[in-house]
Amino acid sequence: MVSSGVSALDALTGGLPRGCLTEICGPASSGRTTLLLAAVAAATRRGEFCAVVDASDALDPHSAAAAGVELERLLWVRCGEDPPQKSRSKPGCPISRAPFAREVGISSQVALDFDRTGWKENSPRQSEHRLEQVLRATDLLLESGGFGLIVLDLGDLPPQAARHIPLTTWFRFRRAVEYTPTILLAIEQHPIAGSCSSLLLQLGSADAAAERRKNAAHGASRGSADRDDEAPEGRKKINLPVQPELALLYPAHAQLLTGLNITAELIRSRLDRKPARSVAFATTTAWAG
Amino acid sequence: MPFACIYVPNFPVAAALRAEPELQARAVAILEGKPPLEKTIAVNKKAARMGIAPGMTRAQAELCPELALRPRSPLQEFAAHAALLDCAQSFSPCVEDAACDTVLLDLAGMESLFGPLPEISRALSNRVATLGLEANVAVAPNPDAAVLAARGFSGAGSCGAGALARAVVTVILCGEEAERLGPLPVEVLFADQLGEDRPDGDEKKAASRLLETLDRWGIRNLRGLAALPEVSLSERLGQEGLRLQQLARGAASRTLVPVEAPPVFEEAVELEHPIVLLEPLAFLLNRLLEQLCTRLASRSLATQELHLTLELENFSPFNQQSKIKNQQFLRILRLPLPMLDTKVFLKLLQLDLNAHPPGAPIVKIHLAAEPARPRSAQGGLFLPPSPEPEKLELTLARIAGMVGGNKVGALELLDTHHPEGFRMQRFVAEAPRKNEREKTPAAAEEKSAVTALRRFRPPLHATVTLENGQPTFLVCRKKDVQGEVLWKAGPWRSSGDWWEREAWSRDEWDIALQNSALRNGDAVSFYRLVHDLLGGGWFVEGTYD
Repeated sequence: MVSSGVSALDALTGGLPRGCLTEICGPASSGRTTLLLAAVAAATRRGEFCAVVDASDALDPHSAAAAGVELERLLWVRCGEDPPQKSRSKPGCPISRAPFAREVGISSQVALDFDRTGWKENSPRQSEHRLEQVLRATDLLLESGGFGLIVLDLGDLPPQAARHIPLTTWFRFRRAVEYTPTILLAIEQHPIAGSCSSLLLQLGSADAAAERRKNAAHGASRGSADRDDEAPEGRKKINLPVQPELALLYPAHAQLLTGLNITAELIRSRLDRKPARSVAFATTTAWAG
Repeated sequence: MPFACIYVPNFPVAAALRAEPELQARAVAILEGKPPLEKTIAVNKKAARMGIAPGMTRAQAELCPELALRPRSPLQEFAAHAALLDCAQSFSPCVEDAACDTVLLDLAGMESLFGPLPEISRALSNRVATLGLEANVAVAPNPDAAVLAARGFSGAGSCGAGALARAVVTVILCGEEAERLGPLPVEVLFADQLGEDRPDGDEKKAASRLLETLDRWGIRNLRGLAALPEVSLSERLGQEGLRLQQLARGAASRTLVPVEAPPVFEEAVELEHPIVLLEPLAFLLNRLLEQLCTRLASRSLATQELHLTLELENFSPFNQQSKIKNQQFLRILRLPLPMLDTKVFLKLLQLDLNAHPPGAPIVKIHLAAEPARPRSAQGGLFLPPSPEPEKLELTLARIAGMVGGNKVGALELLDTHHPEGFRMQRFVAEAPRKNEREKTPAAAEEKSAVTALRRFRPPLHATVTLENGQPTFLVCRKKDVQGEVLWKAGPWRSSGDWWEREAWSRDEWDIALQNSALRNGDAVSFYRLVHDLLGGGWFVEGTYD
């Protein structure tokens, strides 16, 4: 077990288990990427090499740097483009090539409606390619060995597409990572690996819905420290004409997103058979100081 | 002071067999000359048994159906000669390039390194064999005696034009020169001048006359020549006769003329029939890579850069690519670390050619390696695991073949405030540097998690309802990013690159959105909303996650 980079989470789970598959699930803004980067940062601090297989090309390099990730130790695989072979296929080409083995059993009728990150609507062929790339790249990285942490970022993968990843793929991943010092971490919206994962964490926002409406960000009304002339570096405040009543209710330019409150619930742990329990922790933005 | 001589009998055949090892089991003859006047210049042992001899015309040789006829290839001979020099230089720094098929090396002081002389001779013979050549090795107290022994004790006793014999190792100790060289035929003394590949000239004629004279005298071997009275011999044959006698006695003495072989590692193969498929190309590349790697290994070197040049047939200007010039297709394979693994190189070349096919049949393959010092890395029990460079390079090449070359690698942040100010660079798994690890403050591990932004690439175009210049409602073309803005912070203005064409200026908002499109309707998500001040559009750049 090694540190996940978040001490509260380590207290809950004991850390991330090596040689196992760990699933971290949650909706958008539930802290999945924060936890991903914290785990990568912790691993690179230990001197390990990490790989992120990014299904939707969503990693923000500046966030990674702010989280303390040693970028030269992080291998980033940005999936999403068509394989280069497809466009270069020419008749009379002196190179023969075998087609990629079809490992993903998703049907071509699946229409992924997650266009925003490249899962184009009405382009099942492309989404099939992308998912194939993700799984194949993970396979290759696991086979290569030597990585301390391999992250499979499926956070933007819609549930209907995620369900089409065959369970045998997860079994294969689990077997590949078994007895190795590698941590295989999968980031998803919903659990999809079934019993193949040794640790399953469900993340969510800690704020109650009613509270959110008033003050969605916990640092939103933190007084003068976050206001006006103390704006962080790279974030220049500008003055807009604001009506007096809005100014009384903390105008937008006086607000600052300073972090998120996260709850993590331990759904399943093969290593620790205690009843499900949760922990809350807070994150801070890079400019919050 | 011992000297060793490495002599490759029947060099043109040996060079051809090195390039095509599958011909070892067949009868082979090498042709030279312009068609249709080609003549055989060298044959191997099997061909000699079939009655094929040097000097035959192509038509005569073709009467033997089992015979493999190959044109003489200067490229292959050059590579074989370079391999021979590499082998010699792996044993001694003082090497003389005596002829294309003969290399001399000074073994003074080498006994303490490589063992006694017979052991050095066997090691030399084995090393030459690993380079794909079969050579005679002779060790003698002086260079000329070593050359005579290497050329003379070659089984069939033929030079150049003779049959390819098995490797012979000869060691002549000090004082035994005349006795050991005695049985050799006198023709050995004229091998340089009377070789099949030597041009007809005065030198060759003089050598023939001398040989004829000795033959008339009844001198058949070196023992007979050595026993002749010096004065009488000098009166009849002059200084040349005395020189030959000194050679026959093994008493000639001279210093070596050392050469510094340039670190050029190149192998090439010319094809009779053009290659149109990857599989046969891979076979040939594998062979060339094996030869290159063996040569590099014999010099204790590795390589960090491979240059593959393919000469193409039927060059058409319509399929011209940037790298194709004068019917040549060049691919350069750069490695992050010096390596010496044939399989890895082959796979990397295959993947590269898969992604960048030449586009025309290949008639000639030329492969060159840039030598580099092998990396020295000391593993440690308590160091964290790291990927093996060879495996990692293959893995990266395979992944790049799937997702594209610029989509895999390590990140490098650029000195700019641009939100996408980064570039991809080659990922290199170097061992952790202890000093850097020690510098890592313990406090860094304890700091709280930093809220991460999850980017949408490309950013989502949004329709924003403004109230007093502030966003209150947001509708994205995508169903799941829309709703009432519950909370907002900003705007944060930034701009840059105004001196470039790609100037940018924007206002950023951090917003909390009541996401009515999601099933759990009360879900609140945090987004970064961007107003492009130059283009005028609104975009959702990412979500805080």
